[in-house]
Amino acid sequence: MKQNVPLTITGGRLVLADGVRDGAVRLVDGRIASLGDIAPEDGDEIVEAKGRLVAPGLVDYGVFAVDKPAFHFGGITRAALMPDQSPPLDLPSRVAYIAKSGKPDFWVHPLAAATRGLEGTQLAEIGLMREAGARGIATGRRWIADTGAMLRLLQYAAMLDLTVVAHAEDGALAGDAVATAGEMATRLGLPSAPAEAEALALARDIALAEMAGARVHFRQVTTRAGLDLVRAAKARGLRITAGVTPAHFMLSDLATAEFRSFMRLSPPLRIEDDRQAVIAAIADGTIDVIASGHDPRGPEQKRLPFADAAPGMAGAETLLAMVLTLVRDGTIDMARAFDLVATTPARLLDVEAGALVAGYEADIALIDPEKPWIIDSGKMAATAGNTPFDRQPTQGRVTALFKGGMRIGG
Amino acid sequence: MTSSPPRIASGRYPAGRQAFPHRDLTGIGQLERHEILYLLDEAEQWVELNRRPNKHHDALAGLTIINAFFENSTRTLLSFEIAGKRLGADVVNMHAAQSSVKKGETLIDTAITLNAMNADAIVIRHGSSGATQLIASKVDCPVLNAGDGQHEHPTQALLDALALREALSDRGEPSEDFTGLTVVICGDIMHSRVARSNLLCLQALGASVRLCAPPPLMPPGVEAIGAQVFHDFDAALAGADVVMMLRLQNERMSGQFIPSEREYHHLYGLTKKRLDAAAPEALVMHPGPMNRGVEIDSDVADLVDRSLITRQVEMGVAIRMTCLDVLTRSARGVEGWAL
Repeated sequence: MKQNVPLTITGGRLVLADGVRDGAVRLVDGRIASLGDIAPEDGDEIVEAKGRLVAPGLVDYGVFAVDKPAFHFGGITRAALMPDQSPPLDLPSRVAYIAKSGKPDFWVHPLAAATRGLEGTQLAEIGLMREAGARGIATGRRWIADTGAMLRLLQYAAMLDLTVVAHAEDGALAGDAVATAGEMATRLGLPSAPAEAEALALARDIALAEMAGARVHFRQVTTRAGLDLVRAAKARGLRITAGVTPAHFMLSDLATAEFRSFMRLSPPLRIEDDRQAVIAAIADGTIDVIASGHDPRGPEQKRLPFADAAPGMAGAETLLAMVLTLVRDGTIDMARAFDLVATTPARLLDVEAGALVAGYEADIALIDPEKPWIIDSGKMAATAGNTPFDRQPTQGRVTALFKGGMRIGG
Repeated sequence: MTSSPPRIASGRYPAGRQAFPHRDLTGIGQLERHEILYLLDEAEQWVELNRRPNKHHDALAGLTIINAFFENSTRTLLSFEIAGKRLGADVVNMHAAQSSVKKGETLIDTAITLNAMNADAIVIRHGSSGATQLIASKVDCPVLNAGDGQHEHPTQALLDALALREALSDRGEPSEDFTGLTVVICGDIMHSRVARSNLLCLQALGASVRLCAPPPLMPPGVEAIGAQVFHDFDAALAGADVVMMLRLQNERMSGQFIPSEREYHHLYGLTKKRLDAAAPEALVMHPGPMNRGVEIDSDVADLVDRSLITRQVEMGVAIRMTCLDVLTRSARGVEGWAL
């Protein structure tokens, strides 16, 4: 399936790197041909944007499932898939298979397992997996406890010029914890670990990244102390980037009060001060990426007592709306919002997408940023409705989505 | 002796509100001070009944109570069973070890099954915090928490409060609540639901609570809940009116949390000598079962007139009768108790 007829989206507000401007965008052969103050050419198919935002399709950097209906609902046209699959993405054949799994209307960029079986000891065949289509390496849901193994991994990654997506939580300290140590965890009697488990892991991995000269992306940095370490590492010129999911800028551990297992996340929700630190870090550029962490979990994994439930949230459908709350609050502007959810992730994956630039893939979302709706776990497009934002009113919906110049859903 | 009508609009209970407007008892954290006092007051009639040769009452005749225990328990299960039977209910005990839980049935499926059997009250003990609330949200009858993970064990805190109140009264110091009293809770606070429920209950009733444990067994953030934190047991005991010792679980003694049993006893064991640092005639409590010679010495545990340990067990039955009675009033159609 390829785009045969050129298509021009007219009358939109284009989300560009330096701001939002009225204009049109012309898509030819699956790529962006031209944009700005342009007119459709003869024979073009024409889509009237009617003043809606014309934005790059979202590039979701770090998801756990290929869940097309949810991604499309959320305006996501590409996702970096975590290697925590069954079986794990630790062989070139598995990477090659999964890299094709979403096409043509959704592109999956596999992140190769850093270690065999994600067990944190033996290096996986990273070089071969890169050739099979891996667009990065990931340690998986857990950190690599063996410091020697982590250093060797980062050395390989530096040689191959692949970004390592790391989980920043000291495993020995985190143990079986399901909550952040503090008043709320104590009131609820939940096994908890100190928030410092994150800073400890970051401190080690930043030092190792510096030694190896590697690019490291911390998929979720959720604490004030952790963000301070990232900020300092960036100031020293290290190639460190940081991400977060909406859960950690929208919610604090107060949300766990009713033992609702949809609030069981990894890393766990933090105290309010940490939430404020995450918002400040998004504003000042310390955080580079906001991703959904999409991890649909059915009732058999979530309808359990809090500590027995699996961590994770179905986040693909709500990613855009939650990021738009940051725009409405004045934390960031619209251009930066799409830098966080599309442009920077695409750059980390080294793909020509994630921005409205001539020559890039024609992955385009038309968005009504004000459209009100209510998040409802019972009516989600995802394979499971485990959203921590259940019943929350919000704003911002995708009204049309194009992948490679082809309209999704007709 | 019948269930006394709710004392609405008395000085103690807010006017126009029910004395106990909850379907379930999931924790002390859900209760107001006056609701705790109401349960303690209600329990007095059952204390009296339990001391008679004929202990039978038919308040709950015809009702089915299921004790669903997903975690081993001897004392609490027995206490709930006796409480239900003394009130005339049909009591069924379900042990997890011999149930379908071991076969992989989820907790919620088990709850739905129990609900389908038309139980009139379900008593739950479970190893996971919040399990009682989860079950309560899926069934149509009152649910009582008999201990969920490290969260709460509300009937234990209530029976401790009742035992303490009775002991103070016997001493000629009757008081509605515990204002002015200093209570030390010492032991594995971190893993103890009894400590959490007692902290909330004692504070609600006006006591000042000192928690004492080595740092690895002290939960973070308890100061924010209002407790005073001590690591030095002698300092914690200074001038205390009540000393509540917690059992040290065997699995904590393996070196991960404390170096050894004998070191623990040296630092945190309640000895007769140590007790002398507390207020004169300070009372001693323990939720049981005790590790004599570890957290408490026998000569302290057996102190006549100062150790409340057997009285705690006695009050346990009365408190559980009270909770079963009060929570089923709505379903039984007791006047003034429509929920």
